Amino acid sequence: MELILEVDSLSYSYGKENVFENVSFSLRSGEVMCILGPNGSGKSTLIKCIAGIFKPATGSVHIMGENTASLGAGKIARRIGYVPQQNEVVFPFTVLDFVVMGRTPHISIFASPGAKDMKIARESLEMVGIGDLAERTLGSLSGGQRQMVLIARALAQEPTLLLLDEPTAHLDFGNQVLVLEAVQKLASSGISIVMNTHMPDHAFLVGSRAAALCNRRLLAVDEVAAVVNSEIMSSVYGVNVAVREIEDIKRKVCVAMLK
Amino acid sequence: MLIVSLFMGRYQVPVSVLIDDIMNTITALSFGTAIPASTHHTVLFSVRLPRILAAMLVGCALSVAGVSFQGVFRNPLVSPYILGVGSGAGFGACLGILLFDNHIMIQLLAFIFGLLAMFAAISMDKASKGTGTLVLVLSGIIVSSIFTALISLAKYAADPYDELPEIVFWLMGSLSSIRYSDLIWITVPMFIGMLVLFLLRWRINILSLGDEEARSLGVNVDKMRLIIIICATLVTSAAVSISGVIGWVGLVVPHISRMIVGPNYNRLLPMSMVCGASFMLLVDDLARTVSVTEIPLGIITSLVGAPIFAYLIKRGRMGWN
Repeated sequence: MELILEVDSLSYSYGKENVFENVSFSLRSGEVMCILGPNGSGKSTLIKCIAGIFKPATGSVHIMGENTASLGAGKIARRIGYVPQQNEVVFPFTVLDFVVMGRTPHISIFASPGAKDMKIARESLEMVGIGDLAERTLGSLSGGQRQMVLIARALAQEPTLLLLDEPTAHLDFGNQVLVLEAVQKLASSGISIVMNTHMPDHAFLVGSRAAALCNRRLLAVDEVAAVVNSEIMSSVYGVNVAVREIEDIKRKVCVAMLK
Repeated sequence: MLIVSLFMGRYQVPVSVLIDDIMNTITALSFGTAIPASTHHTVLFSVRLPRILAAMLVGCALSVAGVSFQGVFRNPLVSPYILGVGSGAGFGACLGILLFDNHIMIQLLAFIFGLLAMFAAISMDKASKGTGTLVLVLSGIIVSSIFTALISLAKYAADPYDELPEIVFWLMGSLSSIRYSDLIWITVPMFIGMLVLFLLRWRINILSLGDEEARSLGVNVDKMRLIIIICATLVTSAAVSISGVIGWVGLVVPHISRMIVGPNYNRLLPMSMVCGASFMLLVDDLARTVSVTEIPLGIITSLVGAPIFAYLIKRGRMGWN
């Protein structure tokens, strides 16, 4: 499998304080990397550094062998799709108008989206299963639908790497599963995915690899089973965590235990 | 609307007279003789037509600036005067009245000080290393209040029988003394600004998503925002320099347009231009026909615009929620 993303000793700082330092990992095509870690550990910041929204203090990000520092925002956006955690849209665009904005890096500066861009936007909506919402306005959608619309906009960029910042936050149980199913489908179509999540169990469901960002460092980048175990999870979150194999559904689960 | 407006006013001109007049002109031109001068001709083509054109240009300009600022600042309650352009231009005009009392100098100083106010706000924002638009809005308020104070100072210093009324009337907004020569020079900055905004209109959608998302879509946010702000200010300053400070147009027209065509700037921006031109033409027609003496434009736009706005709020279809 082709190497898509290489993150090498990346660090980022607000003022003098380092948010994280010496973060390194790599990702091949179609792999899903789940990044776990407590609130405020810098997961979102890490994603934004990879997306080129924030400039890292040291280290480098290579996408398909090219350093993002020298690529330029437009070229990065053709390769990396970023799905923000939450977005506040001031104006009530229709879903289609919003998703076609993902075509921005492919459209020249004075132009508007053409028929081909509209077609790609519709296909992106179909890919996440919400083709029927195209004419609705954003304000009329539920939280789960909005998340899907955001993913569809990133897909319209035709990226090779998709960055998802806590895509299941604020969603109900059913919608969380729908988002994870979409993630799995996209990964199997060959897109590499880096996903922040608060639920270690999600790593078992969709992750090919996992890592935990804690105390400014990326711990244990490895197979999911090697990262999501009771010792590492307990130390990362500071609570009691158990990981058990459920026999009849043939997968491991990660559950919390109260004292 | 343009044609109808030609015939509106205190001096009645029958349609047949205009047709005769045009025929005469054509005959005169084709025979190479002098165009016959008539009162109708003067009223229609030297007084009313430039004024009608000016009203449409000013309405179009303020609306396109308003709608662009609203997108860039991600706030539908923003007006073209957000960065202090109105009070800057107002102070420029005061200076022109006090120091030169010359038509051209008043317009020129108004235009220059309008731009100056914007650059002051932007450099204050840069100096504070502000991120996003919050600091920029605050800088606009600061600049605006400084220039408002300076306007008061100018009024205080002005000759109460001569200069003071002129300042007051200028600030209330009027198109009554427009001539073709005024129109020609403001058309240049207006056209440049409008053209760039028109071409960039789809990108304003992306800016309205917020800085981080726009950046993730490959847009150079700071540069794009600066270009749009400069163009919108250019257009606003040019409008204000010939018409005075006319409120509400740049706020209400984008809302009406948004209700008609939705929030996508691809359609919204051209719609605002058309609506703005029509709205201003209507207001100016009112200004010169309702009473024997002219009513300042700023008063009518407020009297008409504010209730429309209140009605829109009541209907709850603002196009932004």
